Amino acid sequence: MSEKIYVFKVFERFWHWSQAALIITLLLTGFEVHGSYALFGFEKAVNTHTIAAWTLVGLWIFAIFWHFTTGEWKQYIPTLQKVDAMFKYYLTGIFTNAPHPFRATRLKKHNPLQRLAYLGVMLFIGPLIWFTGWFYIFYDKWPDWGWDQYLALEWVAFFHTVAAFLMLIFLIAHVYLTTAGHTLTSHIKAMITGWEEVD
Amino acid sequence: MSKLQQPYSWAIALVIAAILGPGTAGATSTADHSRFKELQRTFNSGPEVTQACLSCHTEAAKQVMRTKHWTWEFLNPATHQKLGKKHVINNFCISVETNQPFCTTCHIGYGYKDNSFDFTKQENVDCLVCHDTTGNYRKQPGMAGNVVTREMEFPPGSGNIVKPVDLAKVAQKVGKTSRDTCGGCHFNGGGGNGVKHGDMDSSLSAPDEALDVHMDATGNDFGCGTCHATSSHDVPGSRFAPTAKDTKGPLMRGKHEGRNPATCVACHDNAPHKKIARLNSHARKIACQTCHIPTFARGGVPTKMSWDWSTGGKMGPDGKPLIKKDENGHVIYDAKKGDFVLGENVVPEYKWFNGKVNYTLLGDKIKAGGIVPINSFEGSPDDGKSLIWPVKVMRGKQPYDPVNMTLVKPHTAGNDDTAYWKNFGWEKAIASGMESAGAPFSGKVDFIETEMTWPITHMVAPKADALACADCHQAASRLKGVPGIYMPRHSANEWLNTAGWGLAGLALLGVIGHGGLRLYLWRKGKK
Repeated sequence: MSEKIYVFKVFERFWHWSQAALIITLLLTGFEVHGSYALFGFEKAVNTHTIAAWTLVGLWIFAIFWHFTTGEWKQYIPTLQKVDAMFKYYLTGIFTNAPHPFRATRLKKHNPLQRLAYLGVMLFIGPLIWFTGWFYIFYDKWPDWGWDQYLALEWVAFFHTVAAFLMLIFLIAHVYLTTAGHTLTSHIKAMITGWEEVD
Repeated sequence: MSKLQQPYSWAIALVIAAILGPGTAGATSTADHSRFKELQRTFNSGPEVTQACLSCHTEAAKQVMRTKHWTWEFLNPATHQKLGKKHVINNFCISVETNQPFCTTCHIGYGYKDNSFDFTKQENVDCLVCHDTTGNYRKQPGMAGNVVTREMEFPPGSGNIVKPVDLAKVAQKVGKTSRDTCGGCHFNGGGGNGVKHGDMDSSLSAPDEALDVHMDATGNDFGCGTCHATSSHDVPGSRFAPTAKDTKGPLMRGKHEGRNPATCVACHDNAPHKKIARLNSHARKIACQTCHIPTFARGGVPTKMSWDWSTGGKMGPDGKPLIKKDENGHVIYDAKKGDFVLGENVVPEYKWFNGKVNYTLLGDKIKAGGIVPINSFEGSPDDGKSLIWPVKVMRGKQPYDPVNMTLVKPHTAGNDDTAYWKNFGWEKAIASGMESAGAPFSGKVDFIETEMTWPITHMVAPKADALACADCHQAASRLKGVPGIYMPRHSANEWLNTAGWGLAGLALLGVIGHGGLRLYLWRKGKK
């Protein structure tokens, strides 16, 4: 028998989807600015990228505040417990209809692999992208701030692009793994309605 | 330093334009020269007019004599090279030496026909050539800057009769300099309209807005002197020592403080883009001209892009020196000069430039096999003094001495037995030129490729025609090949791209494989 539990609060869902839209916009415009294809035109791509980036910064500041005031930050405490089980499930169990090794609850929304992946996004890809992005955006000011002797735009752009590729790879895996819940659509439904179907 | 506000600088610029604008001199000048007794007489020569001018303008000739317009000499304070028209070699007509009667048609004096010219004789200063407002003051080549005072046939044997200039009439109408008076020489550098600079030709005598937003004859109507604000007859802004990067902000008109008033910044400030601040930051590395002069030679007058002297001397079927013209009637081959390549609407080349120009002068050892830089612009992305500038690179092939390994100064113009344009013999022409210059010549002549760089700074387009982001921010960028720049969309690390897209592709393949296998097993299980 399956039952439904309320996993994601309104703010989390709002945060998730607006972040998703912004990140996809940033990837699309960012790789155009990088020179991978032509879509919006350089000028528009730059402007959109900049606006989307600042919007995302605002959203993140708000989300960090929310996580700490609600205690939801605990969702991202890493654990290695059952990580091997998750891997095993994705490598074999999922093909043989084995039971999902993780059961979401209100207090534990993410499976251990999700915890690690999201923590990685927030502690590694995020900061890498933010800091290189800020250096990039304030490139004009380097000489005024005396930074030009320590920084080279080429390397700032390099690491910003590295982070973008990592984010793209995360996005691919993340979108696919939405189908790997208890049912094909249970994760997606949960992210839309807040309610997830569990066994 | 007071910071001039934008609306102010505009108002001031407009007032100046009104004062200096051509045709308005009579209305704004405090003197009507036609009422001066000194000018109500017959003049038989240019120097007679000058003496009349000097009777009131007592210091004028002395002032002029201190300038490079007069001395044709310029000591570059940065390189200590002795430059000026008298000394430099170029890859157009090559050199003034022994060709003075022709070259000095554009000297602001009378009678500079050879090295014996007396540079201290005040009456030899030509006031009229700069201060004529009638447009009737003309000097013919070959007369060493003297004016035609008697009816004469020019060129000799052509049947074309040149009438004498009515000096009294011209003198009575003197006024401020104008685009036409400055242009009389500066539009025609290199031996013809538009030949030399690429950004200066007769189309600037009455340009429209699209050709030059400042000089626009029905708009801002700037004259040359609006920017080249002159003091004591010394016209500021010289290509021998240009101001490559002006960091000092706007300059009050009339104030000099040792600064060049002809820079863009001198009026526009260092942050002229009020709406898009990002453009201002571009100005840290890029000269205003780079974006605001999208192409040069835009006025319908072609400029010479290359000149190959080595092919000179061919005769036509009629046994006369061969001349070839293109479909527009522009000469592209002249037996006297060789082959030309002309260009219109030319996209400039771009270089880092810090204002320092080094010349290859007579006597400097050159290297065989390569291209000799007649001059070279110094600059680098890291010196903090350079900006990326648009330039015209004039390419050529010109004679040199392969034994002494020096450039040479040939005697070209003239009707004598050593002039190349008369006899088509390089050895004699060069021997004569080098003897006059007091320089050694082995007697051997060969040709070598040369390059000369000219800053592009005129023909500023309206802002709507300025370059767009993508002109530079793309792989096939205008700035391609300019060292030391990283630009989004222009430069990317190929290794990173390969790795990044490779890994993303693998991730995609992985999820497709994983999902496919799930789908396959699910279907199999359903059966």
